[in-house]
Amino acid sequence: MAETLLDIKNLRIEATTYTPGEKPRTITIVDDVSLTLEKGKVLGLIGESGAGKSTVGLSPMCYGRGGVSITGGEVILNGRDILKQGKNGIRKLRGHEVCYVAQSAAAAFNPVQRLMDQVVEACLTHGVANRVEAERRAVSLFTKLSLPDPDNIGKRYPHQVSGGQLQRVMTAMALCPEPDLIIFDEPTTALDVTTQIDVLAAIKEAIHATGVAALYITHDLAVVAQVADDIMVLRHGKMVEKGTTQQIIKEPRESYTQALVSVHHIEHQEKQPTPKPILSVKNVTAAYGNGIVKVLKNVSVDIHPGQTLAVVGESGSGKSTLARAITGLLPPQQGEVIFDGRKLSNKLADRTKEDLRQLQMIYQMADVAMNPRHTVGTIIGRPLTFYFGLRGAERDRRVKELLEEIEMGTGFIDRYPAELSGGQKQRVCIARALAAKPKLIICDEVTSALDPLVANGILKLLLNLQEIEQVAYLFITHDIATVKSIADSIAVMYRGEVARYGAKSQVLTPQFDDYTDLLLSSVPALELGWLEKAIAGRKMAGAGN
Amino acid sequence: MLRRIPTGALIGLIITALFFLVAIFAHVVAPYGLGEIAGGVWEPMSAKFLFGTDNLGRDLLSRMIHGAQTTILIAVLATLLSFCMGAILGFTAAVVGGWFDTLMSRFVDLLMAIPTLIFGLVVLSVLPSTLATLIIVMGVLDSTRVYRLSRAVAVDLNVMDFVEAAKLRGESKWWVIFAEILPNALSPLVSEFGLRFIYAVLFLSALSFLGLGVQPPEADWGGMVKENKDGIIFGIPAALIPAAAIAVLAISVNLVADWILNRTTDLKGGRGNG
Repeated sequence: MAETLLDIKNLRIEATTYTPGEKPRTITIVDDVSLTLEKGKVLGLIGESGAGKSTVGLSPMCYGRGGVSITGGEVILNGRDILKQGKNGIRKLRGHEVCYVAQSAAAAFNPVQRLMDQVVEACLTHGVANRVEAERRAVSLFTKLSLPDPDNIGKRYPHQVSGGQLQRVMTAMALCPEPDLIIFDEPTTALDVTTQIDVLAAIKEAIHATGVAALYITHDLAVVAQVADDIMVLRHGKMVEKGTTQQIIKEPRESYTQALVSVHHIEHQEKQPTPKPILSVKNVTAAYGNGIVKVLKNVSVDIHPGQTLAVVGESGSGKSTLARAITGLLPPQQGEVIFDGRKLSNKLADRTKEDLRQLQMIYQMADVAMNPRHTVGTIIGRPLTFYFGLRGAERDRRVKELLEEIEMGTGFIDRYPAELSGGQKQRVCIARALAAKPKLIICDEVTSALDPLVANGILKLLLNLQEIEQVAYLFITHDIATVKSIADSIAVMYRGEVARYGAKSQVLTPQFDDYTDLLLSSVPALELGWLEKAIAGRKMAGAGN
Repeated sequence: MLRRIPTGALIGLIITALFFLVAIFAHVVAPYGLGEIAGGVWEPMSAKFLFGTDNLGRDLLSRMIHGAQTTILIAVLATLLSFCMGAILGFTAAVVGGWFDTLMSRFVDLLMAIPTLIFGLVVLSVLPSTLATLIIVMGVLDSTRVYRLSRAVAVDLNVMDFVEAAKLRGESKWWVIFAEILPNALSPLVSEFGLRFIYAVLFLSALSFLGLGVQPPEADWGGMVKENKDGIIFGIPAALIPAAAIAVLAISVNLVADWILNRTTDLKGGRGNG
């Protein structure tokens, strides 16, 4: 039995909210959470947004973000209760015994200081090592984290290295003072899937090499399964389940954990392409900035009526630009868009109302896709008035029908968007698109801002609606699991070009081209030892890192 | 709702309301007529003349009350005009963009480059001095500021997804401006309305003081300061009372505007536009 490093008992964390015009209220964020961590072990904290995982994760540093304070329980680190330490005691602890790796490295680094200065800062402040020694350590860590040119990368500024590299530099920064515990707060969430795998491998390697203990916070069960020895599932600030990684992913006990584990198991029968596609994109080339920055190069895809084409790729691959080119927001330089047998005007302003009606769009951020000053009734009702001239009671009846269709109930008709949850907002956006009775809906990353279970609900709804309304989807996403669940055909985009295109079964079966192989092999699978297998089996090195 | 108003804003609200009520019911409230010579020149305060009399022997309180009507009426109308013009043109410039935006914005820059008071003096000394010209000149000059604010707010809103969604739906520019942008821009504009109203009062008073605003025998506060300013040499406070009224109105409207701004903007820790 290894020595216990961290022992959190009955932790209670509260925050005070100051709603304007109301008395300040105290709300409990974390309630009665206990955990222990042995030296050299990794504990994964997992849960949806608002589960309190970051708040619990920060407690070993005795830190609460904006207005949050630890009001009960004990946090025992190296045998002493750090909640009882004074300010100086905590200052000695932070950055020395416990270090932190933030989600967005780009925002966490000081942009005007060289990387090396920031990496060795904690060592120097705490007197762990002198500058020469600290820099030697840093370089050896850069090597361990397989950063390119480890001797000189420290001389660069944060903007001169890529996002994946920056995340690894931050890991080096945390490891440099040789702490006992590192807190990783969603270190790979902001990265592309092909970059994530390399960073994940580097972090795992560094943890093993240095023997440091870690708390690994994430919402992605498949990611945490690769690095953690044990996993704790949190929900609404309370512990749901705790166990070894093996046990959690193979035999989850609680129903919530079971739902998390089986989240992507939507069955969808692939449909055969029809002879007459609803939308044909033919050799479209589009560019920003007066044609200087080419974002789409000669893209051709077809979408068949009542079917789903998934466009998948990492950020910057041009998938959202394809949507803008189809809708006419960014008129293509070359090529044409054929919709239902007729050519669409390149410019939005030249299109007929009928063309606009049949081609609707759903956005990634439902919050900003709805006017915050309109009620749900107005938001869904406007297309009805605009396209079909429905008014008054007739319009209300149809709005209620649509609300039923998106499984929300008619009581929401007078609510404002601010009074809805994330999933409900996206449902209202879907209803608004459906209200126009379109033949094609463009879904631009509609589930990426949502928690896995909520996202799953949205995907199921979209599939059901496709059956009822016979609408086609152009589904833009970076998430392969989503693609597998709902697509009939797939277009893989890479640097503005279609790298692979065809029916789902065809695209997802070998032989792969190099990029598709990289993309598919980078998606974390919910199994132990996936990471090592994936790294070993790759054909192409991770792009851009 | 009323309980949540801070004391400062409540005081401001009460005083402002009082001013407006007095202005509306001037003919009922005023003890003497507008031009009625009721006593001797510059009589001191007494039970008969609460604030004393002015340089021609007219009751100062009655002149103040009638003056409130003129001053507030002109200021309100001028501010309304400036808001209608400024906001509509500002929103249109932001939504339409391109040459219209450039043309409008540079024209507004041109107007703003000339000091407002000097510009107003020149224009008013040329045009016939009527109430309508006064309101139009003040409204147009003030609308440049409103234009700047509305354009800035609308440019931010114009790139939001819900505006893009409306454009994709095929909505007209008017729908985008009035149904999508206006409701979200309303709260900064409402608080700005209070501030611009006060600028209008001050501007009008300055014009009247210089003899280009409201013409005698009509009463207005700036003009009254001018009529009675010679009395100050003899220790007669008749000029100070309308000046004080201008100050009190300015402060109380500011208190209200500040409160609205506080409640609605993100910068000051309010609850934002949502």
